[in-house]
Amino acid sequence: MRKKLLINLAMVLVIPGFLFTVSCAKKTIKDDTSLVQQAEDEAAAKAAAEKAKQEEMARQQAIEEQRLQEETESTASARNLFLNENIFFEFDSAVLLAEAQAILKKKAEWLINNSDITATIEGHCDERGTNEYNLALGDRRAASAKTFLMDLGIAGSRLNGISFGEERPVDPGHNEEAWAKNRRGHFAIN
Amino acid sequence: MKKYYIKTIGLIIIASFMVVGTGICGSGYDYIDITHPFLRKIPIAIPVFKEIYPGDDTKRLSRTASDLLSETLEFTGYFKILDRDAFLVDMQTVTSLANVNFYNWTSIGAELLVTGGGLIQNNQVELELRLYDTFKEKLLVGKRYKGLIKDQRKIVRRFCSEIIFFLTGDKGFFNSEIAFVSKNSGNKEIYVCEFDGYNHRQITHTKSITLSPAWSSDGKWLAYTSYAKGKPDLYLKHLRQKRGAVISKKGINITPAWVPNKFELAATLSFSGDPEIYLLTGTGKVIKRLTKKRGIDLSPTWSQDAKHMGFVSKRSGTPQIYIKDISSGAVKRLTFQGRYNTQPNWSPKGDKVAYAGMGNGRNDIFVIGIDGQGLIQLTHDQGDNEAPSWSPDGSLIVFSSTREGLSRIYVMTAYGTDQRRLLALEGEQTEPDWSPRIVNN
Repeated sequence: MRKKLLINLAMVLVIPGFLFTVSCAKKTIKDDTSLVQQAEDEAAAKAAAEKAKQEEMARQQAIEEQRLQEETESTASARNLFLNENIFFEFDSAVLLAEAQAILKKKAEWLINNSDITATIEGHCDERGTNEYNLALGDRRAASAKTFLMDLGIAGSRLNGISFGEERPVDPGHNEEAWAKNRRGHFAIN
Repeated sequence: MKKYYIKTIGLIIIASFMVVGTGICGSGYDYIDITHPFLRKIPIAIPVFKEIYPGDDTKRLSRTASDLLSETLEFTGYFKILDRDAFLVDMQTVTSLANVNFYNWTSIGAELLVTGGGLIQNNQVELELRLYDTFKEKLLVGKRYKGLIKDQRKIVRRFCSEIIFFLTGDKGFFNSEIAFVSKNSGNKEIYVCEFDGYNHRQITHTKSITLSPAWSSDGKWLAYTSYAKGKPDLYLKHLRQKRGAVISKKGINITPAWVPNKFELAATLSFSGDPEIYLLTGTGKVIKRLTKKRGIDLSPTWSQDAKHMGFVSKRSGTPQIYIKDISSGAVKRLTFQGRYNTQPNWSPKGDKVAYAGMGNGRNDIFVIGIDGQGLIQLTHDQGDNEAPSWSPDGSLIVFSSTREGLSRIYVMTAYGTDQRRLLALEGEQTEPDWSPRIVNN
C-alpha cells in the first residue's frame, strides 16, 4: 500500500520534469518563426501537466481517505466483535468451553489494545430451571469469564460482572436452539 | 396506626351465641380429619341470606354476602358447596333464623348448614350468621356482626375464620395476602392481592426487573430483589410507613427470607466472589455468614421456630435441598431424587418442605417430610410449575404454572387436589409468596 503510494508520488514529480526538459531542448533547435507556435505548445503542455497533477492529487487523496476509512472500520469492527460475540455455556454450568476460551482470548487482546476501556460481563441463563437459581448461575458465568480474562492479564477493576439470570433472553423460543443462544456471556463497554 | 385501630372498632361483633352445653367448643375438630383433610369434602348448604329489612340495598347484601361466603368456604378445599336449586327451603319465607327444620337439609345431603340474616340501614350493615350440624341438629357457631357497608367482605371472612377454627382448630388464612411478581406494566414489579386473588395492587414502581417478594412474619415488611439501580440489589420495604433499606453489595443480592418473629433475614450475596447465604439485620447489615461451601448456595427458608434453615446448594454437583441446624451448624441433604431441586419453602406446621423439582426441562411441585420421608409429587404434566409457598395454616399451597400458556398464579391443597388459578392479569405472573396471618387488616 505504502510502496505503491511512493511510486505514484515519484511519478507525479518526475513526469512533468521530463516534459519540461524535452521542451527546453526543443527550444534551442527551433527557429524564431516558430516562437509563437512554441509558446502555444508550451502553454498547452503546461496546462495538460497541471491537469494531470491535479487529477493525480485527487486520486491520492481518495486513496488516503479510503485507507483511513478502512483503518477506522477495522477498529470499529474489532470493537463490534468484542461487543457482539457472545460466549456460550452448557446447561446448569459456568464452565468455559474451548470455543468460549478462544473468544475470550480475542477479547483479552482487544482489551489490552484498548487500555482505557472498562467492560461489563453479563451472565445469562436459559428459561429452564428457576429464576433465583438462574440469578446465581448467571453470577457464576460472569465470574468465570472475569477470572479467565484476569488470568490473561486484564485488571479486575476493568471488568464488572452482572447476572441477569433468565430475565433477558435473546431468543424467546422454548426449544434447545433458543436455550443454547440464551445460555450466554455477553460483553458491554461501560 | 390510629386509623386502623378505629377501623377495627368499627366492625364489631355485637353478639356471639352457642347452644347450651358449650362443651362442644373445642370438640369440633372431628369434622375435618387433620391427617387426611381433603379425602372427603363435607357437603354444606349455604342458602341466600334472609332479608331482615326491606329495600334494594338489603336484597343485594343478602345475595352478595351469601355468595361470597360460599366462594370463601369452597376456596379452603374442605367443602362441597351444594347447589341452591336443590334446596327445599327459601330463607325469605322463614319466620325466624332460630327455627330450622333440619330434615329439609339432611334430605338433600347437607351435613352442615350456614344460615344468615342481613340488613342495611343508615349505611350500616348488620349480619347474623349461624353454622349448624344438620344431623346432630345443633348450632355450632353463631355470630352477629355490625359494620360499615364496605366491611361486608371482612365480616364474611371473619365468620369463615370462625367456622374453620371450629372445624379444624386453626384460624385459617382469611387474614392473609399473597405477594407476587407481575409483568402487567411491561416490567416485572411486585404486586399484592388478598388470599383469594381479590383486590390486587401494585407495590413497586421500579420500571426495571423486580423479583422474589418475601413477607416478614409480622406481615409488615416485604423484601425483594430489584434491578432498580441496574444490578440485582436487595430491598427491604415497610408496607405502611416510609421505611426501608437497600443491600447493594458487589455481585448478586438475592433470595431474601425473613427469620420468623425477628427483624432479621437470610439472603444470598456474592460479594465474596461466590453466592453464599448470610444472616442480615432488618436494616441491611451483615450479622454472619451461614453457608461456607464453594459453589452456589441460595434460597434460604426458615422453620417456624427458626432453629433450622432449608436452602439450595450445588455442593454435590447438582442443585439439591439441604437443611442446616442453626445451633450446631450441622448440614444434611434433604432431596436425593432428581437432578435439579430448588425453591424450598418450609411448611408452617414445620414437618414438611415444598419445592420445585425439574425433570425433562420442566419443574413440578413436590412435598417432602423434613426427615426425607413421604415424598409426593403434587403437579403432573401441566406446564412448568414453580415457586411453591404454603398458606399460613398449612392447608394450601400457592405456586406459578404455565399450564394455560403464560405463567399465572395457582392454588391447590397441600395434597395437590383442587388446583385452580388464583388470578390472571395481563402479562405473566410468577414467584408468589403467601403472607403470614396479617393482624389488623
